[in-house]
Amino acid sequence: MKRLLTMLALMSIGGAQVALANPELQKQIDDPNQWAIQTGDYANQRYSKLDQINKDNVGKLQVAWTFSTGVLRGHEGSPLVIGDMMYVHTPFPNTVYALDLSKEGQIVWKYEPKQDPEVIPVMCCDTVNRGVAYADNKIFLHQADTTVVALDAKTGKVIWSVKNGDPSKGETNTATVLPVKDKVIVGISGGEFGVRGSVTAYSMADGKLLWRGYSMGPDSDTLMDPEKTTHLGKPVGKDSGTATWEGDQWKIGGGTTWGWYSYDPEENLMYYGSGNPSTWNPTQRPGDNRWSMTIWARDVDTGMAKWVYQMTPHDEWDYDGINEMILTEQQVDGKDRKLLTHFDRNGFGYTLDRVTGELLVAEKYDPTVNWATEVVMDPNSDQYGRPQVVAQYSTEKNGEDTNSTGICPAALGTKDQQPAAFSPKTELFYVPTNHVCMDYEPFRVTYTAGQPYVGATLSMYPPKDSHGGMGNFIAWDNKEGKIKWSLPEAFSVWSGALATAGDVVFYGTLEGYLKAVDAATGKELYRFKTPSGVIGNVMTYSHGGKQYVAVLSGVGGWAGIGLAAGLTNPNDGLGAVGGYSALSNYTALGGTLTVFSLPN
Amino acid sequence: MTRTRPALPMILAAWTLMAGAAGAQDAPAAKDNITAARHENGRYYTADDVPTFNIAKDGTVDWMTYSGFRRYHSECHVCHGPEGEGSSYAPALKKSAITMDYYDFVEVVTNGRKKVNVAENSVMPAFGQNANVMCYLDDIYTYLKARGADALPRGRPGKKEPKSDAIRDTESDCLGH
Repeated sequence: MKRLLTMLALMSIGGAQVALANPELQKQIDDPNQWAIQTGDYANQRYSKLDQINKDNVGKLQVAWTFSTGVLRGHEGSPLVIGDMMYVHTPFPNTVYALDLSKEGQIVWKYEPKQDPEVIPVMCCDTVNRGVAYADNKIFLHQADTTVVALDAKTGKVIWSVKNGDPSKGETNTATVLPVKDKVIVGISGGEFGVRGSVTAYSMADGKLLWRGYSMGPDSDTLMDPEKTTHLGKPVGKDSGTATWEGDQWKIGGGTTWGWYSYDPEENLMYYGSGNPSTWNPTQRPGDNRWSMTIWARDVDTGMAKWVYQMTPHDEWDYDGINEMILTEQQVDGKDRKLLTHFDRNGFGYTLDRVTGELLVAEKYDPTVNWATEVVMDPNSDQYGRPQVVAQYSTEKNGEDTNSTGICPAALGTKDQQPAAFSPKTELFYVPTNHVCMDYEPFRVTYTAGQPYVGATLSMYPPKDSHGGMGNFIAWDNKEGKIKWSLPEAFSVWSGALATAGDVVFYGTLEGYLKAVDAATGKELYRFKTPSGVIGNVMTYSHGGKQYVAVLSGVGGWAGIGLAAGLTNPNDGLGAVGGYSALSNYTALGGTLTVFSLPN
Repeated sequence: MTRTRPALPMILAAWTLMAGAAGAQDAPAAKDNITAARHENGRYYTADDVPTFNIAKDGTVDWMTYSGFRRYHSECHVCHGPEGEGSSYAPALKKSAITMDYYDFVEVVTNGRKKVNVAENSVMPAFGQNANVMCYLDDIYTYLKARGADALPRGRPGKKEPKSDAIRDTESDCLGH
């Protein structure tokens, strides 16, 4: 079998379309007793069929056990559970623990990579890591220094290891990897260092590089076919990844790929988003800057792009397009459609046909979003699919060295990477959001490899005339493009949500609460304060016939940096500002896993 | 042109500042690391010729402090948090600008610093090769000092002194364009 895998992998390099399913991995992911992939499933729905814990009894939830990770810093992602084993990861130094659930969480093995600490300061916004992946009895870890390592799931021994990037140029990693068929597909971070983004497929068996598709560059780099790859139904044309850039700026053009990846086995397509173009000063990069800020659909065997959709052409606000693409099968106008729903940093919630890339819905999922009036939905308009930018909030129009004020959302977006959940029972999306606005002043910067390449000054604050908090947790209808209910939160909600068949939705807050709410109404049913702020994602599993809910706490990340000291209030007048409620008054650093269950 | 004898009005201005920001001291000869003793082409210095801020009674800040606000929030705040306040990731630089000697401050920014052990994984990168930082080092230092001395509140400084030709020329020479 191993030889066959290698042969088939070789064939796919040669360009042959090989559809080699991985039924064993699919079986692990489909088992609701486990949590075998960070995103819950390939569709990124973060929905569990478990219903032992439900809306009637979740109020009785209590802590079953806890585990200290031994690491400070921001803890994103979640543990995996496969059979009797739980795999827990940490931020840098990216330690991985294998815990035996049948022996009260005894540590079976611990893997701690040796990484040059020089990688720490080139990671924009904390040394987070969004977790390990599992396939073929291997645990895949993508370290901060871009080393992708395959560990023996039973022993923790290194099976293979490969370097995906160069941290001395600012190339780092924070994301998990997508295990699919005979490959692991990985991304890269470093948009604030002028890194050109890419996704790369490695052989699951031996780490051999199979294909790499860049976010910008000639067609041979972007893996685009000028005729067959489409943007909103039209061929992209030759070298579309350089055509909207001036000179060689695309070589340091950003469009990094540090978000979540989803996969549709029927279409054999993976979906992900690319990040901001580099620098943050729009005047230094005229043009649409394709294909930054773009939703991508790529064939997982060849890497070829089937379709793309650029949400924010020529970004002027750092609205990375990397947030997750959630795949659903729903009826639209009486017809079964294969949908892709995406909550972008730019404040629009998009619904697309994921087979064709057709744009169906684009509506604001926070009423304060003001940088654009709308996204044009008329296919006959020359503005089709483009956001209509409000001149007052255009940092490009206002120009270098001018401070554009009152832009909503702030650069951290109406939502960042913290993933939403979808319940097929309610057909609602449960979305953790930020409720923050900003001033943005771009200025000229020079590029030095491995050095920050930002080029804008930001200050952030809660929106005027709102509830005063900096976050909301909302339920969203992706067919109508409407908010069904919205729960105000004091801080940005930076934790991934979980929806379950028990009609409960879980999420964490920056103060450190795990909250459970009614999936239909949003009514709060339970809360518990964990040891630190939650920026991890809530997961669930069952062991020995009992359902558990688990979450990593450990404040940090962009939220810990931006909100630790509190924001300033623009309404207090020029210069005279007081600190808004500071996160540091509520929580402190420290990584802990907290596992909940119902009393016996 | 170092150690020019400051004119009398400047000394008075310095005394006002000391009383307000750094706390009054008894001996008139006392030197501190904060009070502006003289200025030159839009830049202010302490008696020891270390760069410092100058904020007028009506809140007008010197150009370097204003420029430092902008550069800090481009280069530093992604780790050190807004307005030098510190974050869950890196220390509050408004304090460092007061407690650290100017030359030590420059040394750490230029060459970086590591604190990697069981409890800490803190690494300050070396910015010596980064023109976006090095050309504005005094600006950033001056801004942080104003913040640390509680002379400047959080937020964007309102009124500012104009950018002097000397500052503009030095900036162009440093950036090479």
